[in-house]
Amino acid sequence: MRSVRVCVPLVALALAATACSTIGESSGSEEPEDGATPTEVVLVTHESFVLPKKLVKQFEEESGFDLEVRAAGDAGVLTNKLVLTQDNPLGDVAFGVDNTFASRALAEGVFAPYDATLPEGAEQYLLPGDGEDGEARALTPVDNASVCVNVDDTWFAEQDLAAPTSLDDLVDPAYEGLFVTPGAATSSPGMAFLLATIGAYGEDGWQDYWSELMDNDTLLTDGWSDAYQVDFTQGGGKGDRPIVLSYDSSPAFTIADDGTSTTSALLDTCFRQVEYAGVLEGAANPAGAEALVDFLLSPDVQAALPESMYVFPVDASVELPAEWAEFAEQPTEPITVDPEAIAEGRDDWLRDWSDITSR
Amino acid sequence: MRRLFVLAGLAAVPLAVLGVFFLLPISGMLAEGLWADGTFDPGAVLEVLARPRVQRVIWFTVWSSVLATACAVLLGVPAAHLLHRRRFRGRAALRALLLVPFVLPTVVVGVAFRELIGEAGPLGFLGFDGSAGAIVAGLVFFNVAVVIRAVGAAWESLDTRPAEAAASLGASPAHVFRTVTLPALRPAIVSAASVVFLFCATAFGVVLTLGGLRYSSVETEIYLLTTNLLDLQAAAALSIVQLLAITALLVVTTRLRSVPDPTLARSVARHPRVSRGDWPGLLATSVVVVLVGLPIAALVTGSLQVGDHWSLENYRALTTEGSRQALLVPVTQALVTSLRTAVDATWMSLSLGLLIAVIVSRRSRTRAERRARGLLDGLFMLPLGVSAVTLGFGFLITLDEPPLDFRDSLLLVPIAQALVALPLVVRTLAPVLGGIDDRQRQAAASLGAGPLRTFVTVDLPVMWKPLLAAAGFAFAVSLGEFGATSFLARDDNPTMPIVIFHLIGHPGAMNYGMALAASVVLAATTAVVMLLVERLRVPSVGAF
Repeated sequence: MRSVRVCVPLVALALAATACSTIGESSGSEEPEDGATPTEVVLVTHESFVLPKKLVKQFEEESGFDLEVRAAGDAGVLTNKLVLTQDNPLGDVAFGVDNTFASRALAEGVFAPYDATLPEGAEQYLLPGDGEDGEARALTPVDNASVCVNVDDTWFAEQDLAAPTSLDDLVDPAYEGLFVTPGAATSSPGMAFLLATIGAYGEDGWQDYWSELMDNDTLLTDGWSDAYQVDFTQGGGKGDRPIVLSYDSSPAFTIADDGTSTTSALLDTCFRQVEYAGVLEGAANPAGAEALVDFLLSPDVQAALPESMYVFPVDASVELPAEWAEFAEQPTEPITVDPEAIAEGRDDWLRDWSDITSR
Repeated sequence: MRRLFVLAGLAAVPLAVLGVFFLLPISGMLAEGLWADGTFDPGAVLEVLARPRVQRVIWFTVWSSVLATACAVLLGVPAAHLLHRRRFRGRAALRALLLVPFVLPTVVVGVAFRELIGEAGPLGFLGFDGSAGAIVAGLVFFNVAVVIRAVGAAWESLDTRPAEAAASLGASPAHVFRTVTLPALRPAIVSAASVVFLFCATAFGVVLTLGGLRYSSVETEIYLLTTNLLDLQAAAALSIVQLLAITALLVVTTRLRSVPDPTLARSVARHPRVSRGDWPGLLATSVVVVLVGLPIAALVTGSLQVGDHWSLENYRALTTEGSRQALLVPVTQALVTSLRTAVDATWMSLSLGLLIAVIVSRRSRTRAERRARGLLDGLFMLPLGVSAVTLGFGFLITLDEPPLDFRDSLLLVPIAQALVALPLVVRTLAPVLGGIDDRQRQAAASLGAGPLRTFVTVDLPVMWKPLLAAAGFAFAVSLGEFGATSFLARDDNPTMPIVIFHLIGHPGAMNYGMALAASVVLAATTAVVMLLVERLRVPSVGAF
């Protein structure tokens, strides 16, 4: 009898387990037989990818393919995943490789050529070096966002201090202990800021700049959320640093009750990150992959990008949300570094940077 | 010989799982590093270890983990005594609360900690932010619950009579503890400490967030090398160091854990009330409560504020898809996904863990048998000590061809989580199983009970509480697991930590508030589940 009583809760637990388990749910991804027409498109992307359900449905109706999204990791993880699995690709099409990682993926031959028709104004975002010298183009720009130094204008107004305007200002003793930025080794915007300083001061000059930056009591955090949400005066928490590294779009999210933004982006400090989509070499459904690349460039998706992924569309004719149009200003001449040079220099730059900042 | 075959038979299922989902992926990644450009080049791997930076990283990992483990044990053991051998109001709630850190995503804990100790925080004057001390405090915050629960589970049913006898013979309480109680608890303490050490040594988010980038550990370095630089050679070198270190640790702990006579008399006596003599427990528990409570309090306060005033708005928003539809699913739906995944991970790790615990804790008759059991014991600890990112990339490159085509399987997430929880489960169960006098089983067998009946009547009554504790651990690990999950999660069914990470990673006061509120909900859910699990009463335990 005793053992029966022991078993009752066990059985109850087991029943509860089967009722709550995820097992038995179909994943909805039936592998097509070889030679059969594929019915789905598999998109490999990073964790920030969000496409509203309505648009997913629209794509499925227009193209006739089911869309399967596999989103995980950041842009670096995504790129390296694509490189490591290129003999047996994870899907048909990839989105989210940016201009700081793109040359690695191109050099490894991850992407198949696809010359998508670009919307108005998207030409300027093409990856330098891709599709030149008579070769076919592989990567299609989909969105862009610039990493810029942001300042809390209300804080500077209260202190009766002029807000900084340039990278040079950040090492001015007047702004000592006011700047917080995510580190280059652990954060993608942090890396973009390091690239901005490399672009601005040259491959031999940025080291001195960073030494001065650290001497001016710059605070480094591991990620964007720590810098912005915890340490920035206009973040979610109660930080005390009024200068932060963030995006050109960030001022659209700090709108006060009076309808004006409390922060602004310093447009001379920006490094532009462009995100690309591309058909994967060896894709099971190349036609579907191309259809998806085209769809990402369609006006509907381009218009949804600011709200769903916090980035600017590459299509210049798309209307931006009201706050964006008013407060999110894009840099006209962002600081640039050649993608090839990034691929070559990344390792050494990060090592030097770590040495300088941990001194 | 027959015993060895039975052993192999029992071990077959766990071994197959471990082989496919751990050994194969890890070897795949190591091979990528060792066979750079198609040629076997171990020399280059050794060169990596000569880099000053790599040596600094290894040294920091070792000393910070040792220090954090020592603190966790020094605080955890007295607290376990108070929380598992003394009776007071709110005990169950307190025990559940202390397990909460275990499930909180590190990114949120990092934010909560830094709200407290950052320059502008209430404890900012300590200058703690970005120091090694903050990292150690963070590691203790996460891991002290492991010591309390694992040691507490063993302590709870410890027979008090030997200690009482020693006391009546004139031994002081300290003397009784040192000569009677501690030796009986040693297997559990050593087990817990080794698990905590592995957790600390492979901690990722805590080191990054609280270390302010001045410190890197082996784990953060592997992440950087693999995901950012694609320097698989260096990553492989560090992974090999990790594997060697775990092996060394296992050899040492096996020695320390073995006691001359692991069999313990068990009794479930009514626990006495708290008295003045319990001051070490009270002191340790207070320290732990402050350490765990402050960041959680900061989190709760933050979640209840919108702008400068109090509001429940952040919680109301959880049923929506975010202020700007930044999320594909409402947070409430992510919670359901999390719970379902956790149920799967729990039954997987419990069934595998129970098998392994039975295998490794049975007495060996020959030296070969003991070796085999020891080896198995160690093998299943390995997943704790190896970088999640190495495992994640390994999955992608090795499990991609039939019959092992699991890359896109929905089961990959719970399996990965179960592997992470497995060592905890084994470490919670094995010491208790090892403490059962084999003669009881023999007596049952001689009275005609089959192996199953013997297990149900002899082992299970003693095992029940530790099984619950282990189930709680596995559930909590799964709820809070971020590293492997973020690597494998599918977009259409994200778990809570993934959603929280997504929310906190975007500007906008609402997103921040929702991230905090979601963390509180996750923490509260865990606490409630823990409380319910502890409430499950088994009639036969009291009669045993």
